[in-house]
Amino acid sequence: MEATKKEHELIVSVSPHVKSEETTSRIMWTVSLALLPAFLSGVYFFGLKALFITALCVVSAVVFEHFYLKLVNKKSVVGDGSGFLTGLLLGMNLPASLWSFSPFTVHVPIIATFVAVVITKQLFGGLGYNVFNPALIGRAFALISWPRAMTIWMTPTASFLTMDAKTTATPLGILKEAGMSELIKVFGDKVSLYEHLLTGNRAGSIGETSAIALLIGGLFLLYKKYITWHIPVSFLGTAALIAWVFGQKGALFAGDPLIHLFSGGMMLGALFMATDYVTSPSVRKAQLIFGAGCGALTMLIRLKGGFPEGVMFAILIMNCFAPLLDRGFRSKVFGAVKTVKEIKK
Amino acid sequence: MGLATFKGGIHPPDKKILSASSPITATKPPKIIVIPLSQHAGAPCKPVVSIGQEVKKGEMVGEPGGFVSAPVHSSVSGKVIAIAEFQNAMGRMVNSVVIENDLKEEWTALKDSPDYMNLPAAELKEKIKAAGIVGLGGAAFPTSVKLSPPKEKPIDVVIINGAECEPYLTADYRLMIEKPKDIIEGLKILMKILGVSKGFVGIENNKPDAVRKMQEAAKGASGIEVLALEVKYPQGAEKMLIRAVAGREVPPRGLPMDVGAVVQNVGTALSIFEAARYGKPLIERVVTVTGEGIKEPKNLMARVGTKISELIEECGGFRDDVAKVVAGGPMMGFALSSLDVPVTKGTSGVLVLPEEGVMHAEDYGPCIRCGRCIDVCAMGLMPSMLSILSEKGMYEEAKEYNLFDCFECGSCAFVCPSKRPIVQLVRLAKSMVKP
Repeated sequence: MEATKKEHELIVSVSPHVKSEETTSRIMWTVSLALLPAFLSGVYFFGLKALFITALCVVSAVVFEHFYLKLVNKKSVVGDGSGFLTGLLLGMNLPASLWSFSPFTVHVPIIATFVAVVITKQLFGGLGYNVFNPALIGRAFALISWPRAMTIWMTPTASFLTMDAKTTATPLGILKEAGMSELIKVFGDKVSLYEHLLTGNRAGSIGETSAIALLIGGLFLLYKKYITWHIPVSFLGTAALIAWVFGQKGALFAGDPLIHLFSGGMMLGALFMATDYVTSPSVRKAQLIFGAGCGALTMLIRLKGGFPEGVMFAILIMNCFAPLLDRGFRSKVFGAVKTVKEIKK
Repeated sequence: MGLATFKGGIHPPDKKILSASSPITATKPPKIIVIPLSQHAGAPCKPVVSIGQEVKKGEMVGEPGGFVSAPVHSSVSGKVIAIAEFQNAMGRMVNSVVIENDLKEEWTALKDSPDYMNLPAAELKEKIKAAGIVGLGGAAFPTSVKLSPPKEKPIDVVIINGAECEPYLTADYRLMIEKPKDIIEGLKILMKILGVSKGFVGIENNKPDAVRKMQEAAKGASGIEVLALEVKYPQGAEKMLIRAVAGREVPPRGLPMDVGAVVQNVGTALSIFEAARYGKPLIERVVTVTGEGIKEPKNLMARVGTKISELIEECGGFRDDVAKVVAGGPMMGFALSSLDVPVTKGTSGVLVLPEEGVMHAEDYGPCIRCGRCIDVCAMGLMPSMLSILSEKGMYEEAKEYNLFDCFECGSCAFVCPSKRPIVQLVRLAKSMVKP
């Protein structure tokens, strides 16, 4: 190109003329990366089945999104990583036992992914416009449609190639059916129970079991400023408070909040699902209410509901309120808070 | 305790190193100058010269067309060869006086006042008005109007804006390094005119040497304080500066005078001093010519009316891959469609950007509601909602989201991961509804 640029080649556009390096796809891929420790832990405890189920969801998500967008003549956005992330999250929210050919349940993750990506996300307008968290709707659909298959939990084996694993109950399942003393008995003692919950050596969905791995990923996202503390802290704080106050049958202020925080999908939900940008409020104050609502509903379902676990329904219910919360806690215009008189005092 | 600042804001790479060490140098005398009769906010000037007329340097060529207006003067001596419409930096056609330079540099008679501090306030204000001084930070609001607040709005503080928060620009920085005493004198004149005993100079802390120089220059001056401010865009926006320096918040849609403050840019303060001391009209200003696309970034003392293309030549011309030329800074400046436009009183910089890093307007995605724009909005708005509502044509609803409180600093568009043209959408909405 010659040194003197011709004038008609100058780009004219509205300010600002510089932009940050952050992009949507970088956010999606970074969140996926932050899920890696928890995913690896799932594969470590539940073996190849966990890997296959998650891979199936990821591949289906990308394929469904691509072909749907082609079908409706929209630009394919597979590279932005949001389809990949939805598939990954959905996979991590499913039990590894779904990888089974007799009875045949391999179609369950595929259909759940279809519901997540095509119905929950694309039919509502695509990235940015879906009301509900796609991965959670996918999981809720599967749970309601195939309640039996969705609640077969493998015993963590730490033997990678195991394909015919024994099944068992999740800690929350035991808690619901048999109570706290039985739960502690199953794991030996309280310390051992905590240990199993923190490392992920317990029954549950592929990516939800290791509290430590999830915390590592969550702290990484906080450090990178991809999420803020508002939703995780209000979510976990409210749940812990309720667990402490009402967690013990027959006595107030005697519950064990740690068992509730580290079991079920609490960590995965509070750090990765409730913090989904699109389906949570964007105003920080509104996020505090949103998180508190998620925490309260989770504990309500866990303590009083029919299901042993309530994270999924809690987040989905709060998703409905996200736009309303944003409206209600709309940020205050500069200068509107203090009047001139107050300042001059 | 941290440095004074405001809530929100962003930290774009400041890139000031490109031109910060280059002292202010005068440009070669331009052969032809084009003086737009409207280079300020307010009514355009009426020409007071005719084609063929000889004018001297500093002679008025356009008289104010109303109360909110400022006269324009010739920046060369020579002959008026045309009065016609020419394109300005914003791309609009503006009636302009074209003067051919006779290179004699003959000044019109200026009134020297060594004793300027003892002149009555009204006379000082008259000098500022006659010199055609407007805000040099970019908005070009006539200074004399700012100095005539209505009686019910008493002013008790004058703030000199040395924040220069726009990345790349170093014009104000160089002035504070090279002429700190004159700027402080300008502040004293402003304080005298407004009958104010408290004056501040606010400077972003990425210019510690400027803070030091200004503090030295202000030593012994009663009531004048030089403050280092946190480095954060848009620290130099009037409302944010008043918040940081005086702790007062201008009410929504209000003016600085609503909280008793008057803000002037450092370049304006210098012009005020020169007008009061030497009677010199505003015919030149410092323009930072910079960016990765220019060969030798410089701070030039450019005469009003000089073509941008001449400034670019003066700085060694373009590098190979120039994509965009901006009048002003990268955050709020105007992209030029032609380089054949004149420097005006409001031109703080010429920024030359290479292809790499220039965003193409069509490459943007949907809002993912990440909330980054809400966090950084210094005005406490929800740019995400404004952009979505504007995109959908829901302009009235955008108004409910305080559309007209946006001053288009561009922080939201800077941080947006979907690269949405938020400022453009806001301007579109503003043009579609009444405030």
